[in-house]
Amino acid sequence: MEYFVQQLINGLTLGSIYGLIAIGYTMVYGIIGMINFAHGDIFMIGAFISLAVFLILTSVLGFAFLPVVLLIVLIVSMLFTSAWGWTVERLAYRPLRGSFRLAPLITAIGMSIVLQNFVQITQGARVKPLPPQIQGGVTLMQGSTEQGTILVQLSYMQMIIILTTLILMTGFTLLITRTSLGRAQRACEQDRKMAALLGVNVDRTISLTFVMGAALAAVAGLMFLLLYGVIDFYIGFLAGVKAFTAAVLGGIGSLPGAMLGGLLIGLIEVFWSGYFTVEYKDVAAFSILAIVLIFLPSGLLGQPEVEKV
Amino acid sequence: MTGTGETLLSVRGVETYYGKIVALRGVDVDVHRGEIVTMIGANGAGKSTLMMTICGNPQARTGQIVYDGQDITAMPTHEIMHLGIAQSPEGRRIFPRMTVMENLQMGAALVDPKHFENDLKKVFELFPRLKERIGQRGGTLSGGEQQMLAIGRALMSRPKLLLLDEPSLGLAPLIVKQIFDAIRELNKNEGLTVFLVEQNAFHALRLAHRGYVMVNGNITMSGTGAELLKREEVRAAYLEGGRH
Repeated sequence: MEYFVQQLINGLTLGSIYGLIAIGYTMVYGIIGMINFAHGDIFMIGAFISLAVFLILTSVLGFAFLPVVLLIVLIVSMLFTSAWGWTVERLAYRPLRGSFRLAPLITAIGMSIVLQNFVQITQGARVKPLPPQIQGGVTLMQGSTEQGTILVQLSYMQMIIILTTLILMTGFTLLITRTSLGRAQRACEQDRKMAALLGVNVDRTISLTFVMGAALAAVAGLMFLLLYGVIDFYIGFLAGVKAFTAAVLGGIGSLPGAMLGGLLIGLIEVFWSGYFTVEYKDVAAFSILAIVLIFLPSGLLGQPEVEKV
Repeated sequence: MTGTGETLLSVRGVETYYGKIVALRGVDVDVHRGEIVTMIGANGAGKSTLMMTICGNPQARTGQIVYDGQDITAMPTHEIMHLGIAQSPEGRRIFPRMTVMENLQMGAALVDPKHFENDLKKVFELFPRLKERIGQRGGTLSGGEQQMLAIGRALMSRPKLLLLDEPSLGLAPLIVKQIFDAIRELNKNEGLTVFLVEQNAFHALRLAHRGYVMVNGNITMSGTGAELLKREEVRAAYLEGGRH
């Protein structure tokens, strides 16, 4: 029981990070029907910007009060990463709008390689460590097994990650469902031509979608950095593939689907590692995806393709 | 109310292409303030293309479109819509996964929110059915309800010029009558200028002050609604057997 609860906490933490990245995939797909393969690398860039800002604040400027430092890092990283997301869309995808479907997809793969190599060249290929910043936690349960006592711990880091994700996702859901901005965004998603006929600036709305996705990826990047303490130019690839899987599992195009998918992929990975074997955790995640898609081709919460016209 | 004579929309020598295929071959149309003008023609004549060209999607390759004294020929669609033109387009294009209310809110996106409640009330007076469906998703409405919603959505933007593309398409005669009555009412009571594209020539010409006939991307005839109704060519091509 204690072991199960511990794995559950770990899974939710990992799933939160996947969920935040998955939102970027699902929203971009929803609005322009394209898989933005460079999104994982935007997450990676978010992690690098976070690290850079953190080091500048603590080592160069000498700030010491951690909560304030992290808050500044979060905001600055979201801003800069958003700018990256915006630029990628503006340079690589917008000129191809209206061309054949595969063109932006191929460009996205190219963009992903460009971003990876750019970071590899400018930041070096070696991993960048960051010593643990937030330590300690609370013990939730205690139990004993034949092997000895077992503690269920919720670290402060995990608490921060889960809480931040919860707040961001709530805020984001409200933004999309309740505000006029979110309404315009959904209108573009459902019928771009009509949205323009109602005075919505479609290009700007699409840019904004990329900006929002990148901002959430930046938060995920910072969390990844703090949780694992090492980053390199390649972290975007696997995290991106996992988050993409999460988006597909939840139903690509669906916002709650991306969140649910992210949590599920996180949980599957952690439980598989916890009860079976770590080596096959990725296989487990992708197998579950395959099985779900056989029975629910549009994902868990996805909209079926057919609409009454 | 018949027009004041002042031109609100003037289309001059407009040619529109889809790639290499020509859809409009030099179209001239005038709509005066306070008028109901209709464009009748068969399927594929280019009527909807004209509607969309006025809204800048696709843009006219040659010719000029002037609205309210302003050249809008090369303006992007969303900017044109800021000038007080609203369109209820071909196929209605209701946002299927938004509620009726949200669809109407989208219509009011460019309007000062202080008008919203009042405008909403007016739309519901015109189409009481929409009020009953307020929380329902657009995609689940019947064809007639969707058409009402499309017009209601267009009205929510407080247009000076309302473009209606085949509001009668696929609807039962009783609903068509309701919708045409609503258009007449809006024109009479609010002085709304309406440009209406229709295949249902009989109803459209009876409703409109003036009409044009489009064949294969060209305007072949024009005149008052009553005149066109009497013309032998119009009767033969668009009315015989089609009267209901």
